Amino acid sequence: MDNIAGQKSSLTWAVHISVVVLVVLWLLPTVGLLVSSFRSADQIATTGWWKSLFPQEQNLVIRTERPDAQEFIDGVYVLEGNLFELGDAADGVVSVWGTSSREIDAYSAGETADLGDKGLLTIQANGDYRFENQSEFSGSRGQRVFMTAVSPPSFSLDNYRNVLFSNSSSSSMGKAFINTLTVSIPATIIPILIAAFAAYALAWMDFPGRALLVAFVVGLLVVPLQLALIPLLKLHLGVGIGKGYLGVWLAHTGFGLPLAIYLLRNYMVGLPKDIIENARVDGATEFQIFVKIILPLSFPALASFAIFQFLWTWNDLLVALVFLIDSSGDTTVMTRQIIELLGSKGGNWEILATAAFISITVPLIVFFAMQKYLVRGLLAGSVK
Amino acid sequence: MHPAIQGLVTIIFGVGGCVGYFYFSNIVLDKVLFPARGVHAGRNINRANLVRPWLFLFPALAALSLYLAYPVVETLRLSLTDRKLDGAFVGFANYSQMFSEEKFWEALSNNFLWLLVVPAMSTIFGLLVAQLTDRIKWGALAKSLIFMPMAISMVGASVIWKLVYDARPEGADQIGILNAVYIFFGGDTPQTWLTMPFWNNFFLMAVLIWIQTGFAMVILSAALRGVPEETVEAAIVDGANPFQIFFKIKMPQIMTTVVVVWTTITITVLKVFDIVFAMTNGQWETQVLANYMYDKLFRASDWGVGSAAAMIIMLMVSPILVWNVRNARKEMR
Repeated sequence: MDNIAGQKSSLTWAVHISVVVLVVLWLLPTVGLLVSSFRSADQIATTGWWKSLFPQEQNLVIRTERPDAQEFIDGVYVLEGNLFELGDAADGVVSVWGTSSREIDAYSAGETADLGDKGLLTIQANGDYRFENQSEFSGSRGQRVFMTAVSPPSFSLDNYRNVLFSNSSSSSMGKAFINTLTVSIPATIIPILIAAFAAYALAWMDFPGRALLVAFVVGLLVVPLQLALIPLLKLHLGVGIGKGYLGVWLAHTGFGLPLAIYLLRNYMVGLPKDIIENARVDGATEFQIFVKIILPLSFPALASFAIFQFLWTWNDLLVALVFLIDSSGDTTVMTRQIIELLGSKGGNWEILATAAFISITVPLIVFFAMQKYLVRGLLAGSVK
Repeated sequence: MHPAIQGLVTIIFGVGGCVGYFYFSNIVLDKVLFPARGVHAGRNINRANLVRPWLFLFPALAALSLYLAYPVVETLRLSLTDRKLDGAFVGFANYSQMFSEEKFWEALSNNFLWLLVVPAMSTIFGLLVAQLTDRIKWGALAKSLIFMPMAISMVGASVIWKLVYDARPEGADQIGILNAVYIFFGGDTPQTWLTMPFWNNFFLMAVLIWIQTGFAMVILSAALRGVPEETVEAAIVDGANPFQIFFKIKMPQIMTTVVVVWTTITITVLKVFDIVFAMTNGQWETQVLANYMYDKLFRASDWGVGSAAAMIIMLMVSPILVWNVRNARKEMR
């Protein structure tokens, strides 16, 4: 803790360990989803994701090739191939196997089993098998083989390929991704500009009612946007904007402004007075002062707000549901798409996990790249 | 037109329009209406400077009034009218109908439960992490990892946690880590955590606590850094142990920040919608006000009761609103 005097090493260890525990606790849920998004539907449904990082012992039931694939070599009929390939299973190492469900460990790898008039079956550790018989193989199906195999961890990008580029409208995240981007970029840029001008007026211009306006903005900061849904939807439908991108951009702009003005004003008030007064004395107009001095100096605050607004619009569900998504579903955003998947494919974890991760990736990149500004914005933005 | 191109056009028009508006309105003000020359030069400059703030403020004020202030009034009006009767004034009929619904009381009591638990737990965890990571070398990394859920959407977080809470039939390998741990420590049957009335509320709250702890941690960590070194040193010299230093020296000095964090999370909790919508949709007694309101507005199409529910949320927020405004005014002076 406070290592100025009387440092206790046991306490330091306790601190380190508890932080590790907390971090693991906080990371585990996300890691679980990330790992799952690289596993196949079968893998997810049969074993916990935490086991996928280690070699897995699994019991497989695979059939040899059908009798019509047999060849006649040196006086015997032969079926040959690799069981892992046949069963579409991940490669592994066979330890034991059997041909009956009651004795799945009757033989070990490399042994030859005498199946009487069915023939001789040999299975190697790598899954290669050789099935030979004096008489011709008959029937329509291959011999069933039960085997216990240890497979190394296996991951693939198949889920991402399916979810991003499949054409079925129910699970295509590709389009929703573009839509989300279309919503969030204008909805981030426009409020910044409007707010910056207003914040400058509130910070550096003297006029009656200024304090009242600041109080007004602070008040609006906490107004739940739930209140705005019906009146604004009515308004949008009334003036002909309807449901669509324009509506959602306007709504996000309106809802983002209080925080934007508040953040930027707090920052601008702290800028050195001398610079602005000097510029005024030198005959710069307010517009010039704003564009050439205030905006460049306020970059950190602008960046903070831009991150907030981007994360908020990207992650938003409610505003999109109300102002954007119409019955055609062409304008659906990723959050909405995930809700749909939760409803229709609640059990398909491979699709859900992948879809969720696609929507999470962009905010996470923004987060880790610009964390400094985010923290700064949070510190300035919480009302003191 | 492809929406992405439409978006680009909007950015150009929006940004261009804004810049154009500010630029030209300033020129008109300075050159046409009140030119700073001739006999009235001085008077004109003063007048221009009286008008200019409003030029700068106009777009923002218009948007704020239309998108936030007007809806408060309009929602209040809607809550007193009935849509089926062509918006006739019905007094408090919507409210009394709402108060007679069991689902509303369920939502209200759940909301209070959320208000009690989530801000408290988030603040406590945030404080714990802030204090623990304060002096360790990899503290910044630890903080950034715990802060990370802030960037994840509540919908994404819901999916993440649904996997944690997943339950498979008895005897099968559990894929939800909570059930796996439960079975590992001797639990007999796997539990479907989200359908357990009352307790499932806490499983939903865990998601929001998970998200909000990072926020609390960032703010409180800065506050802890702001505690003057001398006070801590003096306490050490006087023989205080680390716990005494924390509770008796540091805590009193960061109390105002703790209150700020608490109220900010409280507001978030009041608005919580996505988590409940995505994970249970209010079934199994997990309804909350925001989701109840959404149900009324867009599923039952009952704008009257929906607006009444929205007003209840507003009512619960207003003490914080008043408190914030008062503080802001104090600071301005």
